[in-house]
Amino acid sequence: MPETGRETVLETRELTKRFGGLTAVESLDLRVHRGEISSLIGPNGAGKTTVFNVVTGIYTPERGTVEFQGGDITGKKPHQIVEKGIARTFQNIRLFPNLTCMENVMAGLHCRTTSGLAAALFRTGRQTEEERRIVEAAEDRLKQVGLWETRFELARNVAYGRQRMLEIARALATSPRLLVLDEPSSGLNPRETEDLMAFIRRIIRDEHLTVLLIEHDMNVVMGISDWVTVMDGGRKIAEGPPRQIYHDPLVIEAYLGSRK
Amino acid sequence: MRVVLEQLINGLTIGSFYGLIALGYSMVYGVLKLINFAHGDFFALGSYIGYTLLVFASAFVTTRVGLWGGLVVTVAVAALCLAVVGVLVERVAYRPIYPAGRLPAVVSALGASIILQNLIMIIWGPRYQAYPAALIPNFKVQLGGLTLTALQILILGISLVLMVVLYFVIQRTTWGAAVRATALDRDTASLMGINFNRVIRFIFTLGPALGALTGVMVGMYYRQISFTMGWNYGLKAFTATILGGIGNIPGAMFGGLILGVLEMFGSAYISTPWKDVFVFLILIIVLILRPNGLFGEKIAEKV
Amino acid sequence: MTARFLPTLRRLALPLALLIFAGFPFFANDYLLDVAFFFGIYSLLGLSLNIVLGEVGLYDLGHAGFYAIGAYATAILNTRFGIPVLLLLPVSAIAAGVFAFLVTSPIIHLRGDYLCIVTIGMGEIVRLALINNPLGLTGGPNGVYGIDTPTLGFFAIDSSLAYYILVWVVVGASIIALRRLQRSRIGRAWNCIREDEVAAQATGINVRSHKLLAFVLGAALAGVAGNLYATKLLVVSPESFTFWESCLMFSIVLIGGMGSVPGVIIGAAAISLFPEVFRSFANYRMVIFGVAMILMMMFRPGGLWPRRRGGTEARDLLQRLWRRNA
Repeated sequence: MPETGRETVLETRELTKRFGGLTAVESLDLRVHRGEISSLIGPNGAGKTTVFNVVTGIYTPERGTVEFQGGDITGKKPHQIVEKGIARTFQNIRLFPNLTCMENVMAGLHCRTTSGLAAALFRTGRQTEEERRIVEAAEDRLKQVGLWETRFELARNVAYGRQRMLEIARALATSPRLLVLDEPSSGLNPRETEDLMAFIRRIIRDEHLTVLLIEHDMNVVMGISDWVTVMDGGRKIAEGPPRQIYHDPLVIEAYLGSRK
Repeated sequence: MRVVLEQLINGLTIGSFYGLIALGYSMVYGVLKLINFAHGDFFALGSYIGYTLLVFASAFVTTRVGLWGGLVVTVAVAALCLAVVGVLVERVAYRPIYPAGRLPAVVSALGASIILQNLIMIIWGPRYQAYPAALIPNFKVQLGGLTLTALQILILGISLVLMVVLYFVIQRTTWGAAVRATALDRDTASLMGINFNRVIRFIFTLGPALGALTGVMVGMYYRQISFTMGWNYGLKAFTATILGGIGNIPGAMFGGLILGVLEMFGSAYISTPWKDVFVFLILIIVLILRPNGLFGEKIAEKV
Repeated sequence: MTARFLPTLRRLALPLALLIFAGFPFFANDYLLDVAFFFGIYSLLGLSLNIVLGEVGLYDLGHAGFYAIGAYATAILNTRFGIPVLLLLPVSAIAAGVFAFLVTSPIIHLRGDYLCIVTIGMGEIVRLALINNPLGLTGGPNGVYGIDTPTLGFFAIDSSLAYYILVWVVVGASIIALRRLQRSRIGRAWNCIREDEVAAQATGINVRSHKLLAFVLGAALAGVAGNLYATKLLVVSPESFTFWESCLMFSIVLIGGMGSVPGVIIGAAAISLFPEVFRSFANYRMVIFGVAMILMMMFRPGGLWPRRRGGTEARDLLQRLWRRNA
């Protein structure tokens, strides 16, 4: 059992998101603790990705708040939230397809660097130094996910499983405190899924991260989660350690998703 | 009050022109995401073909079918020609470019527009041409205290009928459903059995044919036509398309009507030189307030 | 063009270009130098639109408006207040840039196609406003005339040769600046936005401010082109800044290669020299032009000199960084 400080990293209170007549998320209270791997599960259409989109600033909630590391981030813009330390990946991988793997990861370093217009035009020493640091940091991340050999390949030419890892590398490049992964094992074969799980465990330990993920693959959920929250129809219907959720009759009733 | 109503009628007349042209833009734009710059020139070509028929063949035609019959034949021939031209242009200039993406298609459309516009200039000359007055109905009508020209009534009537019919076709027939479905999601539509090529042929015959009809009407209404008219009307019609919302085909018709009315009131109450500025400003304000067009587009983006 | 010769061609391109630039005046008469001047102007315009369209991927079909602002700023300030035209070069850039900032701020968030129509509208509003002669400033359809020729200290720039050198020096400086931007944090952010705006946001890039920056810089460079245009023609009138001009600029970027600086120069050459080459065909030359555009998109939709990622560009960056240290 990993050491979770039980310090709350992310908390949503009465989070409500509506789209016209449809209430996608209803009064959600979610808590993620430092060092934890927390899973958000539920049938399709339960509102999980919407929660992610609100937490990462793509949507603004109608009601409720989102607090990150003690600060209110409700309604902030996505790039501000990344600066604060939340990074995400997408359900349908959203890389920069016509840029190289290297450039994709370098993008993650944008929010941690400062060279602006003047620096770019006049090629100051500070800018060159910063560029070097960016390249080195990007190369480290690529090595970390095993993509260093393909660093000059265009992202769209890289194999699917490795594209997933590339997206994670890009997210990690932003030096987040909380990593939010939307169905990271989707489309991966069992071997790749095992590697992914090991990878997540490793980075939690090495980089003192917290991870929140949406998953349909029960092996992943049971295998690495410290805490599971279950949603259905926009509401939270259960939460607790994985074993407890597995046997919860409400959850079973709400269709737990495919047991692979 | 009477003046306002007459201005409204004027505006609706112009708006019908924009709306009917906009329809052609909207269909192509919705399905192919292509700004068919050549569409305005289809309209112009139709107008010029109508001109040629009326000037050179009128004697021949009117003796057999009368004045009105002559106009009908003119419109029919012009529409038919443009239906052919439309399919041809799509085949030669657009179809080979689809795989390359949207932006190359824009350049190709510009090229097609240049070709058409300059061919018109070469064939018919750079100066204004005039529809023969003798063949155009010219009498005025009193309608409830308003003075309207027969031409206005004719145009408004035809446009109204056309728009109703087209609305019906787009919204309620299988053909229309096929077009709308392809505009929403081309791959799924073809998986559902919709023949993409047929849809293309449909929109590239209906659109240009409508444009030709509108071209003849414009020729009759303003009498003067020039080879640059495609560009002028095309821009307004494209504005109407966007105003109504991308992919919203009926919306384009309404967008055109609204644009025409706005233009007329802008010209009457602000000042004629600034009327176009007024219209564009309204467009920009509308888009700031309703980024998906007046009637909303039919496409949502899932994150 | 076989791929084998491409790397050598690319490496030779710059020295070759410099050679042509230096040697050209010896073989050219005034007429050809004038043609080369306008080639330079279109290069500037293409480069300016490339920032917005090529790097960030924003559909801007109203760029002629910024070009006009620069030209008219120069014309009005010079004829009314006697300010020397070369001094007005940065002023024109700033005027166009500020204008761009003001008008694009409220609409920068619009989705691609809607942004397109709004830029068309903006361009038309500028042109129509110029024709309507507000406050008697712009001279209406006849425009403003009587602009001075530029002077640089004791040198008067009034020969075709001098103008040729002036415009191409500015183009050279712009190319250097733009390449630096391309290989910088800002340039990368721009490219990310072009690839996937939502992903760029989610990666920590402030999409809105970067889009605005692109518009402002693009407008400023177009304003510079406007200034130079005004000082050459000595007259500015609204018919030089039509929607058609915006379409030409758009075509330059597409035909040359989006996001590619050498591509844009080639595109500008194609657009500005092509009609000259076919001058003898009179009316038919525009038809041929249209045909050429279609054929270009059919066979080289990526442009005549597309931007190549991976490979050379990335290795160049690394080489440059490590060479500094070594």
